[in-house]
Amino acid sequence: MKSLILSSSSRLLLPLMILFAFFILIRGHNEPGGGFIAGLIASAALTLYAVSEGVGRAKDAMRVHTIYYIGTGLAFALGSGLLPLLSGKPFLTVLWLSFPLPVLGKVGTAFTFDLGVFLVVIGATLTTIFAMAEAEEG
Amino acid sequence: MLMLILAGFGLALFAPAIYRITKPHTHWLLAALPIGIFLYLASYLPDIADHQSIHANYEWVPSLGINLNLTLDGLSLLMALLITGIGALIVVYAGGYLHGDPYEGRFYSFLLIFMAAMLGLALSSNLIGLFMFWELTSISSYLLIGFNHDKADSRAAALKALLVTGGGGLAMLAGFILLGIVGNSFEISQLIAQTDAIHSDRLYLPILLLISIGAFTKSAQFPFHFWLPSAMAAPTPVSAYLHSATMVKAGVFLLARLSPILAGTDEWRLVLCSVGTLTMLTGAYLSLKQHDLKRILAYSTVSSLGLLVALLGWDSKTATEAAMLFLLMHSLYKGALFMVAGTIDHETGTRDVYQLGGLWSKMPLLGLATILAALSMAGIPPLIGFIGKELVYEASLGYESGHAFSPDTLSWLFSLVALLSNAAAVVVGSLLFFKPFSGKLTETPKHPHPPPLSLYGGALLLGIVATLLGLLTLNSHTDIGGKYLIGPAASAVYGQTLNLHLHLMPSELNPMLLLSLITLIVGALLYAALPKLLPLLEKLDSGARWGPEALYQSSVDYLPIGAKRVSMSFQSGYLRSYVAWVVGAMVVLVGYTLLSQVEFPTITGGSDIWFYEAVLLVIIVVAVMMVVTSSTLLFTIPSLGVIGYSIALIFILYGAPDLAMTQFSIETLSVVLFVLVLNRLPELARLSSRAARMRDALISIAAGALITTLILFVTAEPLESPLAQFLAENSYPQAHGRNVVNVILVDFRGFDTMGEITVLATGALGIYALLKLRVSESSHDDDTEAYTEMVSVEEHHQRQKEQTS
Repeated sequence: MKSLILSSSSRLLLPLMILFAFFILIRGHNEPGGGFIAGLIASAALTLYAVSEGVGRAKDAMRVHTIYYIGTGLAFALGSGLLPLLSGKPFLTVLWLSFPLPVLGKVGTAFTFDLGVFLVVIGATLTTIFAMAEAEEG
Repeated sequence: MLMLILAGFGLALFAPAIYRITKPHTHWLLAALPIGIFLYLASYLPDIADHQSIHANYEWVPSLGINLNLTLDGLSLLMALLITGIGALIVVYAGGYLHGDPYEGRFYSFLLIFMAAMLGLALSSNLIGLFMFWELTSISSYLLIGFNHDKADSRAAALKALLVTGGGGLAMLAGFILLGIVGNSFEISQLIAQTDAIHSDRLYLPILLLISIGAFTKSAQFPFHFWLPSAMAAPTPVSAYLHSATMVKAGVFLLARLSPILAGTDEWRLVLCSVGTLTMLTGAYLSLKQHDLKRILAYSTVSSLGLLVALLGWDSKTATEAAMLFLLMHSLYKGALFMVAGTIDHETGTRDVYQLGGLWSKMPLLGLATILAALSMAGIPPLIGFIGKELVYEASLGYESGHAFSPDTLSWLFSLVALLSNAAAVVVGSLLFFKPFSGKLTETPKHPHPPPLSLYGGALLLGIVATLLGLLTLNSHTDIGGKYLIGPAASAVYGQTLNLHLHLMPSELNPMLLLSLITLIVGALLYAALPKLLPLLEKLDSGARWGPEALYQSSVDYLPIGAKRVSMSFQSGYLRSYVAWVVGAMVVLVGYTLLSQVEFPTITGGSDIWFYEAVLLVIIVVAVMMVVTSSTLLFTIPSLGVIGYSIALIFILYGAPDLAMTQFSIETLSVVLFVLVLNRLPELARLSSRAARMRDALISIAAGALITTLILFVTAEPLESPLAQFLAENSYPQAHGRNVVNVILVDFRGFDTMGEITVLATGALGIYALLKLRVSESSHDDDTEAYTEMVSVEEHHQRQKEQTS
């Protein structure tokens, strides 16, 4: 069942929602938001896209398999935890960059950790949803 | 010193790769490491003989008193030299023995892991560090025994060794922890300082028993001795190295190491001496009736290990010296004899001692090695074995030159057991030399050829060392064994400086010499009578049916069956019954505690309910009713969504935007997920009986009531959490974030989040694997294909992509 309205609106909404997800992710440290919520929003965007355009198109839009998102996310989170070990601090101590970056503001390993959470949530949610949707189609 | 241990583990990592390059010469190359360590350690001999000890400390978990502290003293040096010296010979021997085996590289890897672990065990002076290496030796022993993993025998033997020694290891760990609690330290040196306090503690007996169980399982003491003969399924280099020269000595080593702390009590004497002597007799008796060369040696090893334990239990100055000397000489001759047995097996294709004969003409050098080792085993001068046996008798009789000689009953008893055990050793020694090498050449499965140097060199070298150590005692200046090896080791064990001089020639006619003579005569008589005795011994086979091995076997057989029954009784496989059990148990346990232990607070408020709250409440109640009563999933799922959204709105009302946002997204996605699986789910139908429905309703209502009560209880108390205040105050100054919720997630409680996302990832992978497996099962009927697809998820994804494009 293909709906023209859903199809065209989802194509417009996808980039907007992804952008919004990043916005929520970045502002998370100071305002309501964060990696978990942002990940869910991005997943919702891609799910909407998958519902209107088909799982195959949604997967293509993600470039790599959803499982890689999980792995990359875990690597980001673990890496953020391991980095402070190099400077002799305990695991998961947050390190801060001494100068603020444009757009992102003050950046520390808390952000890369949150980015990891974001990616894992996207990966895990979409892996599950896509697998279920494919089981439905197949 | 840590480098010595790490070098072994490091080389183990690369051994298979090295093997791929240097193929048939690998063993010569790899032997360089143990030889190097041996020489390095040997350079410390003069220092150690001077009663120094060398320490190297590495912090590990200092807050728990767990450190990687290494100490080189007389005892650890003796063990370390045995481990590396014999280790080098074994690596070379393995090259000849396994020549052409496809997994030769892997074998070296296992062997080096074992060597490194054993070295760590010998050098550790922290109980927990020692335990870690102890377990590593068990694991590498498992891998080595099961090396021929395509044979069911090998696998069963490997598992048996692991279960027995691993189980003992657990007991030992418990003993270590108790000892750590009593002595408030895991450092052996600090525990020695508190010997008296430990002896008088009421935990002393449990500590002694638990640690003894660990040592007894490892050193194959009765009734745990049965794993050792089974372990002969391992390739012979392993039997020679682990199961005679080194690993089985670990239990004895541990008892020796801890004897300054634990010895000196009646309990110690009783436990060790009774188990030791019983093991001596069991091993000696069983060794006589075997046909298989390796099994003969295995049981005779059991007997020797029993002697070592009994000597340590005897706990006198001479007994300690005798134990250390026996430890050394046993490793020398038993290692050599195992290598000989392996070579004979390798060249002739059989290990049945009664089928062999006349090999002297084919392999005289191997025969020479056998003579030396067998003479040492039988305790005939001038080999070191003779001196060892004399010292054992001296200890058992309590003989002291110049003092009145009046042994008590126990001494006579111990001497008698030692005599029987030694007589059996004489028989075994004779059996191993005369049967294969004398007489006429017999028909064997393989035509015997002279073995290569790698297959007899090691055994010959050990025999020569045993001879030299014996001959060198003739002059007290050249007595290397006594001055540098045994003396310092015995001093470390006995806790006093002992100046030991070994004598080959007794200065006077003493009772020990007489006992030695009797031992030889009894041994010779037994050997002569063995052909007649054998059928008799084989009839006395009751041990096999009722012994500890049968007990082990039946527990291994029946434990899984029993466990399955127990599990099946509450694992019905129905999600609904799990939910009912979990929720029901929670209601009962929490509800009971609540009613019995907490006073009911007076509930205030109720008048300040907002209009919005009331509206949301009504919506939720209506939606819940719809979920429960609806007859189609199409109603149920959106109704669940309504409940979720309403709760999210409540979050907003109470000022928790983060929670609300999450809840909104989760609800949206859950509804989508439900819709996706909607077609798969069956129509809602009433299948349960009325009673079952009532029961479920009861559980649900009780759970709801409980949670409501809990919340009322909690909110009735004024909310004063120091934690909340701390988090709110420190969020910005310390974590540079104003959103406390997010700061908690990524900073204050980052470790929790780490765990949560890992669980999330695992869950998603699980769902993916399950669903993909189902897809491939429905699309292809081929089972093997379905299996391979489960294994290579990625490959499947590629194919899916091709199909869709």
